[in-house]
Amino acid sequence: MKFQLIGVNHKSAPIEVRERLAIPESRIPDALKRLVQHPGVDEGLILCTCNRVEVLAQSKNGSSDLRKFLREFFHLESTAYESHLYEYSERDAIRHLFRVSSSLDSMVVGEPQILGQVKEAYASARAVGAVHSHLDLLLTRAFAVAKRVRTETALGSSAVSIASVAVELAKKIFGSLNGKQVFLVGAGKMSELAARHLIANGAESIFVSNRTYERASQLAAQFDGQAILFDQLYDTCDRADIVITSTGAPHAIFRREHGELFLSRRKNRPMFFIDIAVPRDVDPEMNKLDGIFVYDIDDLQQAVSSNLSDRRKEAERAEEIISVEVERFQARLHTLEVVPTIVSLQDHLETIRQAEIDRVRGRLGPLSLEQELAIDALTRGIVKKIMHTPISTLKTAARDTEATTVVDLVRRLFNLQEKKTAAKSGSGDDN
Amino acid sequence: MSVLWLRVALACYAVGLLYASVALTRSNEWLNRIVLHAAYVGMVFHFVSLTEEIVLTGKISLASIHNTESALAFLIMIVFTGVVLVYRTTSPGIVVFPVVFLLTLLASTGDRPFLLASESVHRGWLFTHIALILAGYAALVLSFGASLLYLLQERSLKSKNVGGIFSRLPALEVIDEIGFRSLLLGFPFMTLGLIAGTTLAETTFGRVNVFDPKIFLSLLMWAVYLVLLYTRWNAGWRGRRAAYLASGAFLAAVLAWAANTLHRFVS
Repeated sequence: MKFQLIGVNHKSAPIEVRERLAIPESRIPDALKRLVQHPGVDEGLILCTCNRVEVLAQSKNGSSDLRKFLREFFHLESTAYESHLYEYSERDAIRHLFRVSSSLDSMVVGEPQILGQVKEAYASARAVGAVHSHLDLLLTRAFAVAKRVRTETALGSSAVSIASVAVELAKKIFGSLNGKQVFLVGAGKMSELAARHLIANGAESIFVSNRTYERASQLAAQFDGQAILFDQLYDTCDRADIVITSTGAPHAIFRREHGELFLSRRKNRPMFFIDIAVPRDVDPEMNKLDGIFVYDIDDLQQAVSSNLSDRRKEAERAEEIISVEVERFQARLHTLEVVPTIVSLQDHLETIRQAEIDRVRGRLGPLSLEQELAIDALTRGIVKKIMHTPISTLKTAARDTEATTVVDLVRRLFNLQEKKTAAKSGSGDDN
Repeated sequence: MSVLWLRVALACYAVGLLYASVALTRSNEWLNRIVLHAAYVGMVFHFVSLTEEIVLTGKISLASIHNTESALAFLIMIVFTGVVLVYRTTSPGIVVFPVVFLLTLLASTGDRPFLLASESVHRGWLFTHIALILAGYAALVLSFGASLLYLLQERSLKSKNVGGIFSRLPALEVIDEIGFRSLLLGFPFMTLGLIAGTTLAETTFGRVNVFDPKIFLSLLMWAVYLVLLYTRWNAGWRGRRAAYLASGAFLAAVLAWAANTLHRFVS
């Protein structure tokens, strides 16, 4: 049995290449069907997100040429993308899948969306029967590993960039950002980005104010917001829950008395000031008012850097968890390999036992029930003793890489026929 | 037997008490889960204890002081469970568990309860009065807890030290909502409970002196409660000022409770 994985991600390939390899959602079922028809492929899964395109395949015997599959499927010149492809097999493929699901391979490490995307890929592969036995096991395990990483490390809980730190802080104050109003005072790349993040997280409307009204209305149009004349700043500001300031003013434009005014107009509902400007737009005194929270660029930066080092530590812990899980999963796979052999060994010896009893039966004459039982117990005992060592050897071997050798040896010693047992299940085998 | 069940419940709440002390320094999923299960188990035993008491005495004997403590603790736990289910946070437990533990401890270790000597026709009134007041108390305790959490969270946000200890507290506005909602919920209970109590006292003992410590403290508590609601409603007071008021109401409630235990109306 072999797991293989081939693909590109944001690290290995530029967006132009990823775009060409992207498979639209509507074509995924078709792609999956063609994948499992590809020579050597028994099960398959396709993960396609904006940062990665990956094809995972499982083959019972030997391996399959997944590069060929990509060539045939995309009808592309292989030179266009081949150099960007990475390929993993067996243990490395398992590890890669575990890392991807746990968001260790993501652009923003620890971001939560990827697990959902892997789950969707799994669901659509299951729907067309492309995933049934071994890949099913692998994917289910990958979800469990991702969950373990999430609960045992703090990888998913802290934010990275200034903008997302701002969002995180806003959530600490307001809980949900749904329906919260954002006010942009002064236009700038960074404040724009922060506003974008806030909106992506549910914040509702946007007011924009700038020294030049033109620029304000431009920006407001971008966000579907409302431009406010700079003169009316103090009259409108109390309507905003979150204020992002980044003007070039040489002195603070929001002072304590403004804060008091806003609070009384807002009936003391809390306000969050994000001050990106240098020199600062918001007087630090304002942070002393009950219900107003002021964070300047240094405060945000500090939160970011403490997050980054935390995150690196957490990522290391996550990698450890994944190593352990990869080992565990491999051991489990090997056990799966020896189980059919153990079963057929037991069947084999049981058949011999029954045959021998039947053979001597006639010569023994009539037997009492006790004698019958004694013969049965005797023969069973012998068979059990003989089987003990081979079975325990098989079970121990399952944990090592020598499993297949031992399995072969036992099969040859006892002349066991290759029998399709429980391993065959689901409908995928017939197409 | 009912005392035995109560003591089992007490042991479960002790886990919660442990949580309260540990949660201040660190917190994790695993601990939360254990605490919640312990709390649920505790509530089951608590319920058994309360029911058995009722079945044994053949009446709803809330009037015995130990039963009131026990019932109050149980009500607080119910409100707390509601908060856990709605807001998915166990943080109020930091305040709730010590209070519940203390109440249950008092109820389970004290002398055998003595019944209020009012085998009169007013038993229905008495029950209504006590049940309503207890519901009001439970809401007040939770609201008080919420304002303490609010202060903690506010301080952590102000000091820009949002990581670590406080990162698991719910958002400021969520805490505020929990506190305000329980206030709103508790006020009608408290008011009706006091009305029932006054009616009861008047019909049993005739005219009652307003300066009787118990009545006076109860009225004081009610007044603070009203002010608390009014300022929150009208001026949106929250945070430090609301916490001071809530502590005031809480203190008055505790004193009224104490007065209730030490002093009885003489007929």
